[in-house]
Amino acid sequence: MKYTIDIGLETHVQLKTRTKMFCGCSLASGAEPNVNVCPVCLGLPGALPRANREAVRLTVISGLMLGSRIAKRAEFDRKNYFYPDMSKNYQISEDAHPLCIGGGVEIGGAGGAARTVRLNHIHLEEDAAKINHYARHSGVDYNRCGTPLMEIVSEPDLHSPDEAMEYLQTLRRILVYAGVSDCNLEDGNMRSDVNVSVRPEGSDRLGTKVEIKNMNTFKGIHAALEFEIARQTALIDAGGAVIQETRRWDGDLGETFSMRTKENAHDYRYFPEPDLLPIELPPELVEQWRAELPELPERKKERFASQFGLPAYDAGVLAAERPLAEYFESTVSAGAPAKLAANWIMGDVLRLLGAAGKEAADVASLSTLPPASLASLLRLVEGRTINGPTAKALLEELFEKGGDPAAIVKERGLAQVSDAGAVEELARRAIEANPKPVAEFKAGKKASLQFLVGQVMKLSRGKADPKLAAQALAKIIEDMPQ
Amino acid sequence: MITPKDISATTVASARDAMRAGLYTSEELVRAVLAAIDEKDGGIGAYLTVDREGAIAAAAEADARRRAGESGDLLGIPVAMKDIFNVKGQPCTCASRILEGYVAPYDATVTARLRAAGAIPCGRVNMDEFAMGASTEHSAFHPTRNPVAPDRVPGGSSGGSAAAVSGGMALCSLGTDTGGSIRQPASFCGCVGLKPSYGRVSRYGVTAFASSLDQVGPITRTVEDAALLLQCIAGADPHDQTCLDRPVPDYAAALRGASTEGLRIGVPREYFAEGSDPEVLSLVRAAIDKAAAAGARVEEVSLPHTEYAIAVYYICATAEASANLARFDGVRYGARRVGPDGSLASLYDRSRTDGFGPEVKRRILLGTWVLSSGYRDAYYRRALKVRTLVRRDFDAAFAKCDVLMCPVAPTPAFKLDSTVNDPLKAYLCDAFTVPANLAGLCGVSVPCGRTAADGLPVGLQILGPAFGEPALLRAAAAMEALLR
Repeated sequence: MKYTIDIGLETHVQLKTRTKMFCGCSLASGAEPNVNVCPVCLGLPGALPRANREAVRLTVISGLMLGSRIAKRAEFDRKNYFYPDMSKNYQISEDAHPLCIGGGVEIGGAGGAARTVRLNHIHLEEDAAKINHYARHSGVDYNRCGTPLMEIVSEPDLHSPDEAMEYLQTLRRILVYAGVSDCNLEDGNMRSDVNVSVRPEGSDRLGTKVEIKNMNTFKGIHAALEFEIARQTALIDAGGAVIQETRRWDGDLGETFSMRTKENAHDYRYFPEPDLLPIELPPELVEQWRAELPELPERKKERFASQFGLPAYDAGVLAAERPLAEYFESTVSAGAPAKLAANWIMGDVLRLLGAAGKEAADVASLSTLPPASLASLLRLVEGRTINGPTAKALLEELFEKGGDPAAIVKERGLAQVSDAGAVEELARRAIEANPKPVAEFKAGKKASLQFLVGQVMKLSRGKADPKLAAQALAKIIEDMPQ
Repeated sequence: MITPKDISATTVASARDAMRAGLYTSEELVRAVLAAIDEKDGGIGAYLTVDREGAIAAAAEADARRRAGESGDLLGIPVAMKDIFNVKGQPCTCASRILEGYVAPYDATVTARLRAAGAIPCGRVNMDEFAMGASTEHSAFHPTRNPVAPDRVPGGSSGGSAAAVSGGMALCSLGTDTGGSIRQPASFCGCVGLKPSYGRVSRYGVTAFASSLDQVGPITRTVEDAALLLQCIAGADPHDQTCLDRPVPDYAAALRGASTEGLRIGVPREYFAEGSDPEVLSLVRAAIDKAAAAGARVEEVSLPHTEYAIAVYYICATAEASANLARFDGVRYGARRVGPDGSLASLYDRSRTDGFGPEVKRRILLGTWVLSSGYRDAYYRRALKVRTLVRRDFDAAFAKCDVLMCPVAPTPAFKLDSTVNDPLKAYLCDAFTVPANLAGLCGVSVPCGRTAADGLPVGLQILGPAFGEPALLRAAAAMEALLR
């Protein structure tokens, strides 16, 4: 039988805040166990939570980026369960009244038809502690307990493991772009549980869903989905039925295992968290945040093309990552011609970054070559104060050590010789010294002119304007008696 | 000079004045309190632990502050603390086995404010385990006796707080009131007990029973003392979002020239129905009559949802408690017991089975039940709706009255062991106190006489609207003067 697959994702994203969700403890990673803790995140008697405003703002920003409706009033709830990773034995989450409702993520642009994966809602909650298991005991590290998490819950609108990957990658790009999260997969900044079911093709009733937990990587999610889809279809093909349950992915074995069935599902006994006031978001505040939203890559690409007259490809490269896009725009607003800035950034600047073992995003922290300095260099190129080779050498030097391009040019006398008389004089000397190439040029060999230009450059110690040199050479040779 | 005998007649205000006048030092006062505890507490059992060295050291420090020019109302005043407040370095067991040996690693906000004012948290007083009960018999360690009639209970859950003041072993104490736990023991022991409005005093560092109902307040000998303590502990706290950022009025100033002249007193009909002890009702009525004779306008009002208050309270409070007490699991602190299989489930099971007393278990089970799937709508959600109706009853009453006056409890102090085996009977005794918690009101118990037969104290309950403490305390001071 042929099947339609329905996949929904619950994606937990660690928000980029300085402190924990309900206390002032640091979120710095790499600390010794149980150092970044206090009475609140340890769940000591009498301690009370207080909500992190920045986490609320970042969640709302995510909702706005993803087209969700922002709730006028959101409420925290207690989700009750006993496990040592939650110090209070309840997790503060949002059940009945989440911050963001609905929304969507667009997938399938390139090649296929674009379509929107609907979101059910986005809510804010706290992360659990980390449990380390040893040979004879287990240890709990509460440093992570209380980390702000945003849970993005999709509708079951994805129909293949590949689509699920595309959804996650798109989501990740948007969230990183918005500065909401680092979405660093190795650090567990972005973790997903999946719900998957299969139904006979043509049926409009969803099959029985199975939830899978414990995938730490995108690859793991893909593999778990593939395994689970094969398991479910084989089961139905053999005349069996899928039961509603939660299964655990074992990455080493590449299989899912039953954790608990519906009958044994937790009863979380949600109720409104009485220690926290409801979050009331005045519409003016939400509008203010909306106005501050970063432009999404697609929109930015279109704007770069129309505003700066860049080719679509260039606009796309520059817009893909926010730090690079910001670097480009700052360079242009510091006075560099847009096309020239685009060429130099995409060419030499990225090449130098790559050679230094850095990524495009690191351009933001490039203290030796801030946008103002690059713009100053490019203005010298544009005004033909220095020639191309000088500019390239100077860029490498700036990238390495920093400095003021205009001052360096002045100090070392690097300005190109653009005085027609001076260049003409050099051209005459080059012609006198190289009769053979001159004769060849006269006989129609165009390339010989380049050789002669090179000689002029040599005589000027690289400072002559090559265009002027070529013009002068051509004119002098033309005027020579036959 | 001050002697242990003098403590039973010493108020916060009189000690403040005496120390300002140089009649005695804080250290002498504290030593007198410690000696009074040694002398009297053997037969009462108000205290669980006394911090002798800490208290004397803090008193010496307060005396030094006084010499340096300070003279605040609470400077050098010892305060008995219910065993529910975190006082850094002192035990904080909530009278439960599950917290036996637990030492608080931080100060509650009220503790910090007392210390900043120079007050001295000198000892931990007994309570019903986790504030669940109305007799202090549910302490895991020992019951407390009523100093007025030692065969009777002091009330609860802040029974130790009231007994320490009533028994001349403290000038004042702090308690908590979730459903009457300050007002009822104050009534039983002949003290003044003030429950501030919800959101008036920070709950940070106060071990939670029911978060939406708990409130901290003083038990004292006089209304003035209650005002002085409230002044110190009230006000916004960044650690407690439910503690509201509203100005703290000058409560002592509100008491000056207090009288019942022109006071509009509402008398809720439902609180005088049959079933209460007739002597209690007649003492309360007599007090209201005196107010009327002194110029108050007395009007009968109705609070029609009163009959549902007990049910609503025992659903809301236990639901919240079932989550609040989940953290006591033997994993991080407190008593830890593990079953023979060494499993995590056995750790939870044994630690909680051995650690909690029967009343606490009963309430955790109740609370778990009312929140569980399939019952949450019928119980918890419905209770929240009725809670709103209870609040509206009071809104309507306060539209035409300044305060309400009624009994605190249907009976005076009852005998030890008379309710322990009948929880339902015990719960019904909270009928007149829980509505104020459900509605977030402020309320106070002021002594209004003693029963003829046994000479047992009876309190008059005065209720005011949320954040109406100045008018409430003013009415209480006026009644205190009339009834003296």
